[in-house]
Amino acid sequence: MSHLRPQSAQSFRLRPRPAHIVLHAILIVGSGLMLLPFLWMLSTSLKEPSEIFTYPPIWIPRRLAWENYAQAIAAMPFGRFYLNSLIVASSVTLLQLLTSSLAGFAFARLRFRGRNTLFLLYLATLMIPFQVTMIPNFILIRYLRWYDTYQALILPPSFSAFSTFLMRQYLLSIPLDLDEAARVDGASSWRIWWQIILPLSGPVLAALTIFIFLNAWNDFLWPLVVTNSLEMRTLPVGLSTFQGQYNVQWHLLMAGSVIALAPVLAVYIAGQNWFVQGITLSGMGGR
Amino acid sequence: MDERTSALNLIPRRRWRRWRADQQWEAYLFLLPSFAGFLVFTALPIIGSLALSFARWNLLTPPQLIGLANYTQLIGQDPIFRRVAWNTAFFIVTIVPSQIILSLLFAVALNQPIRGVKVYRLIYFMPVVATIVAAALVFQWMFNRDFGIVSAVIWKLGEWTGLPISPPDWLNSTVWAKPAVVILTLWKNMGFSIVIYLAGLQAIPKELYDAAEVDGASAWQRFRYVTVPMVSPTTFFLAVILMIGAFQLFSEPYVMTRGGPAQATLTIVYYIYQNAFEFGRMGKAAAIAWVLFIFIFAFTFLQTRLQRRWVHYEAGE
Repeated sequence: MSHLRPQSAQSFRLRPRPAHIVLHAILIVGSGLMLLPFLWMLSTSLKEPSEIFTYPPIWIPRRLAWENYAQAIAAMPFGRFYLNSLIVASSVTLLQLLTSSLAGFAFARLRFRGRNTLFLLYLATLMIPFQVTMIPNFILIRYLRWYDTYQALILPPSFSAFSTFLMRQYLLSIPLDLDEAARVDGASSWRIWWQIILPLSGPVLAALTIFIFLNAWNDFLWPLVVTNSLEMRTLPVGLSTFQGQYNVQWHLLMAGSVIALAPVLAVYIAGQNWFVQGITLSGMGGR
Repeated sequence: MDERTSALNLIPRRRWRRWRADQQWEAYLFLLPSFAGFLVFTALPIIGSLALSFARWNLLTPPQLIGLANYTQLIGQDPIFRRVAWNTAFFIVTIVPSQIILSLLFAVALNQPIRGVKVYRLIYFMPVVATIVAAALVFQWMFNRDFGIVSAVIWKLGEWTGLPISPPDWLNSTVWAKPAVVILTLWKNMGFSIVIYLAGLQAIPKELYDAAEVDGASAWQRFRYVTVPMVSPTTFFLAVILMIGAFQLFSEPYVMTRGGPAQATLTIVYYIYQNAFEFGRMGKAAAIAWVLFIFIFAFTFLQTRLQRRWVHYEAGE
């Protein structure tokens, strides 16, 4: 979160030193609460079945039962879930970046008839929740015989009015003189988009990449609705299927959850500044 | 905050002199990929969904037009819908204010120049990137009455204080399942609003705090009379975003409680899902989705109306 200046001199400060001790106490308790579910998950995932159901609960298992992980992987094709999530999330990200940067360029930097009307149409649909379009999209997918395919997982989320809107807002802030100068030198709109505007759009492209990828990776409802076979499940849906089948085997469920979470958390810890920047810039997150 | 302010300025003030013939067709080509997808997966489905909401259709037999029956049934004679709407209202009024207050306090704490603040921030944002299904699974296990960690803590508290407290059977109790979902949601999403608040806090000019201190304002007074009003645009933004999110709650109750017990955690979106994909009532599901839209639209409109009373924008902004 470096861009959010950790040692900010600019705002509300608690002066006396003792206040800092109280502050640390509060933040440590808060951190404990935030970490507790992760630790409890990890702890349970390494317990033997007999240790799961004990009272009071134990934190550190007598023996680390690594075989739980092997069992979870044997019970469900987690590798396949990963692969599916990776294919879906990267394709959605690439396609959405492409379509929204092209459209954002047209809306922000080209002059054409009907521009404002079309843009307002895009804006208007931002108000409509996904659940409204979900059902006709599901029917369309079935009609096209795309149910339980990558097309169904990838194509509908690859077009976003929100990303287009964000791209356009960013591109409006780049001086138009650049285009004019390039046009005088004989550059086509395509060259201007590719060689001038895109290279200048680094921050918004980075923010969108993280935002779109994270959303696609963690999306649950749409993949749940359009997939059926184990081979086509993405990680979150696969995990919920696993839940349905191993309902009381908490050590296995937790091992599965660790398998699903570990890589995302590792990537986040490695590039936390990017994540936070992406979320603040796009102003969205969570779901 | 530049992005945010420019986002309000939707249509450029200066109208474009004229469209340019040489850019006309080019522009359409640039728009084509996006517009084709927009048309197929957003615009037409909106119309389709509206039409569908006036019909009865289970995908097997031909659809049957039934006028407003889906809507009148929902409002007039569907006790489950009433319960579902009430549940959603409960989630909104508990999640939105508590998340706003907690994350503002933590954001102020995380904005102090203290040792290790970067590590704290790393930890508080961790749940945001976590997959909700995995998170809901752990919480389901944590809230297990007999072997969950939450119950263990409550038993311990009872032992220490000597008070006769015993943990509820969280997820099997119609009273306690809802708070369990609220706790999961707060844990999962707080990092997001903390980050948004951090950005808002750092936009406050230092001079305001200096002036307040010269006037002898205490830490609490500086917080109450400088920080709170100065971040009110952020608070407003979060109130809108979080409310829309709470209206759309689905994964949390789906994984943790399957909407139960006795529909205590069934939300509007869950009810849409059930009707469409479990009961095969496509028309009814579409109608509920439109009622959801009307709710979201009405409440967002109401919030933008009310913001004039409490949101403080700096002059000239």
